[in-house]
Amino acid sequence: MNALVIDPIKWTDIGAVTDVPLRGSRRVPTLSGDVAIFRTGDGRVFALVDRCPHKGGPLSQGIVHGHAVACPLHNWQISLATGEPLGADHGKGCAPVVPLEVRDGRLFLGRV
Amino acid sequence: MTPKEKLVVVGNGMAGCRAVQEVLKRDPGRYQITIFGAEPRVNYDRIMLSPVLAGEKAFADIVLNDEAWYRNNGIVLHAGRAVEAIDRAAKTVRAAGGIEAPYDRLILATGSDPIRLPLPGADLAGVVTFRDLDDVEAMIAAAKPGAKAVVIGGGLLGIEAAYGLSKRGMSATVIHLLDVLMERQLDASAGFLLTEALAQKGVETVLEAQSEEIEGRDGRVSGLRLKDGRVLPCDLLVMAVGIRPAIGLAKAAGLAVNRGVVVDDTLRTSDPAIYAIGECVEHRGQCYGLVAPIWEMCRTLGEALTDGSATYQGSSLSTRLKVSGVDVFSAGKHTGGAECEDIVFRDAGRGVYKRIVLEGGKVAGAVLFGDASDGGWYFDLMRSGEDVGAIRETLVFGQAVTEGLRGLDPSAAVAAMADQAEICGCNGVCKGEITGAIAAQGLTTLESVRAVTKASASCGTCTPLVEKLLKLSLGDAFQAQTGPKPVCGCTPRGHDEVRRRLVDEGLKSIPAVMQALEWTSPDGCSACRPALNYYLVCAWPGDYRDDKQSRFINERVHANIQKDGTYSVVPRMWGGVTSAAELRAIADVIDKFEIPTVKVTGGQRIDLLGVRKDDLPAVWADLNAAGMVSGHAYAKGLRTVKTCVGSDWCRFGTQDSTGLGVRLEKFMWGSWSPAKVKLGVSGCPRNCAEATCKDIGVICVDSGYEVHIGGAAGLHIKGTEVLTKVASEDEAVWTICAVMQLYRETGWYLERIYKWLDRVGLSSIQSQVENPESRRALHDRFAYSQRFFRIDPWAERVAGRDAHEFNPLSRRMEFEEA
Repeated sequence: MNALVIDPIKWTDIGAVTDVPLRGSRRVPTLSGDVAIFRTGDGRVFALVDRCPHKGGPLSQGIVHGHAVACPLHNWQISLATGEPLGADHGKGCAPVVPLEVRDGRLFLGRV
Repeated sequence: MTPKEKLVVVGNGMAGCRAVQEVLKRDPGRYQITIFGAEPRVNYDRIMLSPVLAGEKAFADIVLNDEAWYRNNGIVLHAGRAVEAIDRAAKTVRAAGGIEAPYDRLILATGSDPIRLPLPGADLAGVVTFRDLDDVEAMIAAAKPGAKAVVIGGGLLGIEAAYGLSKRGMSATVIHLLDVLMERQLDASAGFLLTEALAQKGVETVLEAQSEEIEGRDGRVSGLRLKDGRVLPCDLLVMAVGIRPAIGLAKAAGLAVNRGVVVDDTLRTSDPAIYAIGECVEHRGQCYGLVAPIWEMCRTLGEALTDGSATYQGSSLSTRLKVSGVDVFSAGKHTGGAECEDIVFRDAGRGVYKRIVLEGGKVAGAVLFGDASDGGWYFDLMRSGEDVGAIRETLVFGQAVTEGLRGLDPSAAVAAMADQAEICGCNGVCKGEITGAIAAQGLTTLESVRAVTKASASCGTCTPLVEKLLKLSLGDAFQAQTGPKPVCGCTPRGHDEVRRRLVDEGLKSIPAVMQALEWTSPDGCSACRPALNYYLVCAWPGDYRDDKQSRFINERVHANIQKDGTYSVVPRMWGGVTSAAELRAIADVIDKFEIPTVKVTGGQRIDLLGVRKDDLPAVWADLNAAGMVSGHAYAKGLRTVKTCVGSDWCRFGTQDSTGLGVRLEKFMWGSWSPAKVKLGVSGCPRNCAEATCKDIGVICVDSGYEVHIGGAAGLHIKGTEVLTKVASEDEAVWTICAVMQLYRETGWYLERIYKWLDRVGLSSIQSQVENPESRRALHDRFAYSQRFFRIDPWAERVAGRDAHEFNPLSRRMEFEEA
């Protein structure tokens, strides 16, 4: 029997890791809305749907600190790893995580 | 006797020779071994080239295997003979000079090549890489004392090259593309400390610098020109920008290659008779440039070539910087993404920074600076995947403390300490002195212990220990004191202490403040970073480089974010005065960019609402063209000066309130402050400009000017208090600038003037702005600062600054793929 393997994720090269400022973020418009790409002080990268679970604020515009971002509208603190609010707002929804890979210094964003 | 199998090794470096040693260790008589090396010398320790460059070691000191080793083990060495081709069908290799050698098994250990940037001028004499002894000799030859060296690349190798050259008497500068040295191993805090440590050793660092061209004179390098136009003169230019696996030979022989020579878990290439190890290898998609994984590969290969069954599973990485005097350790993955927690420890006195990264209760990585002695321990914890929940509290203090205290609760640990144990390192106070003083003098507070014993009176690091001793002695009678309100959860220190110390200690960057004041998080939070950025802007105008990642979005993009993610734009109208030309230009902008809402504000400005972020620079360009600049309606800084028409038109006006308002605004615009500052100037006590509910207000009267401060008409409603009365317009301006500067220097971040007034008291402000000398000094400091900030941020961005802020990273996902 022949096995058929299909990678369910379609990857798109969206730029160099260094195009995203350290402790900063950039925005990638997609067919299903904006995605926020974050690069933290220790050089890690994360991708979330660019909508705060609170009032839909653009997380890509927030202050990045540690592995979290502060939403620019009402200062909810969102975990970059899970998209979930931290602290008192924990458990109130989440900004979905978007697949992101680094290959040879390039960022590849996944489309499921 | 059957003839021995022939083992040929291409590469006489660290990997090739170590692999041979691993084979000999297991089965010394099995193979007839031949090694080819491109360099004309025996096997040496490439890692130790840095001390050779620095003049701390000679080549003889770094030889790993001398000629006797080759002889005693019956190994044929062809040194200085690079292998040129592999004939896989005939199972032979051919080297320079026509030497051929047959093999039964072949090991490729070709290592890597240094990357040479294709810059104009890269072929000039005096441009070298840093890979082998020849490179080191070329550098030493060029290293005349007093000559200048530039090293491109702020990674491990580049830093070592610069350090070595500086030890040779050259003045060395490291140029790095990114804003953190060794960003693949270090986080921003440790990178900053490394920059400082290098500076103390005489190595300068230029970060975020992109090389454009190597300049030359008479065929020799004379300088490096950067993209921003700066030219760094140099007599030697070292490229240390990275390495690339040397795969040319394998590729030509038709072996599977990707970034490196592809091998399986037994280090076999796509040809079963050929193995590969070291830096030339790609294993499970990973290439390695450090020595520890290479040793692991060599062990596996030693097994594979002597019929063992070991497999190579890939390596975790750790780096220990080996430049003498700089103690740095880094381990674990620094890219990727999973839920991680940080434990941070800083000791400003010793210049120590430690950060342990936890993931799922296990150590996932560590960065140590200044004290790397526990690096091995953290690395072992990381590799073993041991759950560290039980030792979490003491983990960051290292192995000795953790294992010494394991199983004991913290107060028991304090109780168990000997009376001679030192508690306060700064003042040399031991436990017995403190408990003795508590008992003998009936001390009950931290402050009194400080006063009597000096323990915890300096850096304060031992405060928790002293508090534990109080608790131990007094039991529940002791209540930990609440000091000034901390800036945020990242520090126990209050705003005043932070402000005072960054000035006193000359701290000029956020990482410098966080290190010196022992911040407990790696890069702060959304509360402290904007505060520190402001405090630095205020303390060091002209010197401090604004950190835009520490600015709230509105101040980063110079517009106000709205609930739907669009922005509002408010052009400045000096004193609230406008003209037909300005209004016409605004109307044109509204039409051109289809701006949905136009609103007149309470501060006598026009607000354009619903502007798309990507349109901001174009909107500003049109407003700039009509002579308008940013109204800073988004700033923790001077916002508006609201005026009435005053003596120009009004039949009750006593002074030129409009003129004074325009004058104040033209002098004060662009200034940053702890919170927003709104001014009002009314031409008579009827107060049409509502000056008595502004942060700073002026009421003009026949005999002069009343200066008011501390009004509010927002969350709180509060009338102003009269600060002082002056006779002339000049004095009014001086007084207002002085009070503004006093607020700038002593206000806490986000503390409006009315709250600052409540905290410090009106009389303390009056005493400083009514005294002509201190008023003048305050005014002059404000005027000096304004030299750097009275610049239109819109025009700068129209000219291209921070362009990435206004463009998406990529537009490739906006459309369905064809």
